[in-house]
Amino acid sequence: MAEITLVEAINQALAFEMQADPNVVVLGEDIAKNGGVFRATVGLLDKFGPERVRDTPLAESMIAGLSIGMASQGLKPVAEFQFMGFIYPALDQIINHASRMRHRTRGRLSCGVVFRTPFGAGIHAPEHHSESTEAIFAHIPGLRVVVPSSPARAYGLLLASIRNPDPVIFLEPSRLYRWAKQVVPNDGKALPLDKCFTLQVGMDITLVTWGAMVKETLAAANRLAKDGISCEIIDVATIKPLDIETILASVEKTGRCIIIHEAARTCGVGAEIAAQVAERGLMFLQAPIQRVTGYDTIVPYARLEKIYIPSENQIIETVNKVMEFA
Amino acid sequence: MKIVAHFEIPYYQIVNEEGKITSDVPEFAKDPDHLIRLYRVMILNRLFDLKAIALTRTGKLGTYPSARGQEAVFAGMGDAIEKEDIFVPYYRDVGTLIQRGVKLKEILLYWGGDERGNAFECGGKDFPYSVPIGTQMLHAAGIATAFRIRGEKRAVLVTCGDGGTSQGDFYEAMNVAGVWKLPVVFVICNNQWAISVPRSQQTASQTLAQKAIAAGFSGEQVDGNDVIAVRERIFLALKNAREKNEPTLLEIVSYRHADHTTADDASRYEPKNQRELEWKNEPIARLYTYMTNLGMWSKEKDQALNEECAALVEQSVQDYASIPSVSPEVMFDYLYAVLPEAYKEQRDMLIKRGESAHG
Repeated sequence: MAEITLVEAINQALAFEMQADPNVVVLGEDIAKNGGVFRATVGLLDKFGPERVRDTPLAESMIAGLSIGMASQGLKPVAEFQFMGFIYPALDQIINHASRMRHRTRGRLSCGVVFRTPFGAGIHAPEHHSESTEAIFAHIPGLRVVVPSSPARAYGLLLASIRNPDPVIFLEPSRLYRWAKQVVPNDGKALPLDKCFTLQVGMDITLVTWGAMVKETLAAANRLAKDGISCEIIDVATIKPLDIETILASVEKTGRCIIIHEAARTCGVGAEIAAQVAERGLMFLQAPIQRVTGYDTIVPYARLEKIYIPSENQIIETVNKVMEFA
Repeated sequence: MKIVAHFEIPYYQIVNEEGKITSDVPEFAKDPDHLIRLYRVMILNRLFDLKAIALTRTGKLGTYPSARGQEAVFAGMGDAIEKEDIFVPYYRDVGTLIQRGVKLKEILLYWGGDERGNAFECGGKDFPYSVPIGTQMLHAAGIATAFRIRGEKRAVLVTCGDGGTSQGDFYEAMNVAGVWKLPVVFVICNNQWAISVPRSQQTASQTLAQKAIAAGFSGEQVDGNDVIAVRERIFLALKNAREKNEPTLLEIVSYRHADHTTADDASRYEPKNQRELEWKNEPIARLYTYMTNLGMWSKEKDQALNEECAALVEQSVQDYASIPSVSPEVMFDYLYAVLPEAYKEQRDMLIKRGESAHG
């Protein structure tokens, strides 16, 4: 079986679910004939036709609002926003309607929509194409925020998100779209939502991360292993709702915790994880919780973006600092 | 130079403010029972509004937006729409909702601060009120898209106010409805005021109806104080939507004979005497005069109808008062289909605190 990339796994999941469920509809800008600017939806138009694979006019609030209307009548829309920086016009629809349709109608209407968008820096894209503002969505009651970091998890988590009856913000790390290939059987098997994935078992320190930063975290852990430091790596995967139990169990074992994310530090999801670990697991800790994050700046344009993204070295330095604490 | 596009905006009226016929009377309006049905909804709406406003004064209801002066708009819409169509309201649409099967007590429950009022015992997939202005236009377009995808001959009817037409969502919805040929009817309930901002400050456009032209379909104005015209134009627009996938924009022109809501005081901005000047156009007296002139209505019948409707409103207030208090944990119970593990502790904490709902 051929190995596929993360973006090909997204495509494979979409095609599988469209075949299995006639209610699944995909819509967005340039997603039909062009197959999406990253080719995530390539081939779907030919397979499923223009009724279910829709190029929309160029208006993001519209994409979200249409999806809410469609979902209210039992369709399963999977809407693509071309880049995370362009999802902001849709915040009104997502926050004021998608997240609360079930609540405000006492379950009479619901909003089973997947809002997909590539996110993160590191692909030499224009301004506004490199955002990591997942914390905005993680703050909104009623939403799920799901972030895959490998082809297999992209496939399984996207299937789970489409089958989920509530709205999901599905953030695809564009830096990982074509990074690593993996065999992903097209078996239609979903992975669990609301669960962390332990990517590597270790004894000395817990590294908590998600999305594209999984790449640097794995590499850093590899180098640290040569120095005899055993890292446990947790891919949070669903950052809302948060599976704090898996993180706490790991911290109980290792006694140390570093949270690594590309997003700006202040009020990032790392702050929430740190708070919950402190609230529930202070007694496990042998050293202060640390964060390795993007700076509290605008994500810079292409020339500085590599400097903005937390590096393997920053992770290693922080791990060494924490290991020295006690 | 040559002219590459031109357009016209028609204005429809069938019965004028003197109760006189100004254009052909549609078939439905030749049936006295049908006219009385429309008239009854308007009376019920007006009496309900008065009662709701009174309830806010005694603290038994929260903020409430009255439809006084706009009863013909909502009565006409509810009469024109088919059961299998979908209605997407803004927030002043009592007269339409009751014709869709929503109970008066549910409307009171909603404005009393309880989401159970949106649960609609009658079921169905009509939308609840939309508070963020203009956002609902897109939901209507999405519902119409679902009908097209499934090949269903159904239409969607959606309302907004004159202020709502300044929102991007309003134009985005019309734009996609034009491109995709969606079976949706957009209705602007132009009552001349967006809270305190008059229609003239909302847009320099001569009419609101002409905003449809840029989206590639037709727009029209309708005399919103003439329930016969409103019902007929919406009926025909819905028929076109269902049968030909043609969207339409209707600007229904009336006047808000009330504060924006009970939290507003229009005397701060509304010119003195304007309401009195507009009152000669109000829709209930117009239909009363028309029907009385034709001999199908009388003062006695009117009194009996008013008494019947007042009793219904009174009953709805009693039904509302007897609805059991809401349990606090419902805050969590409809957040997701199944409450995620992460929030169960908060729900348990809430129950343990043992607090109960206000009002």
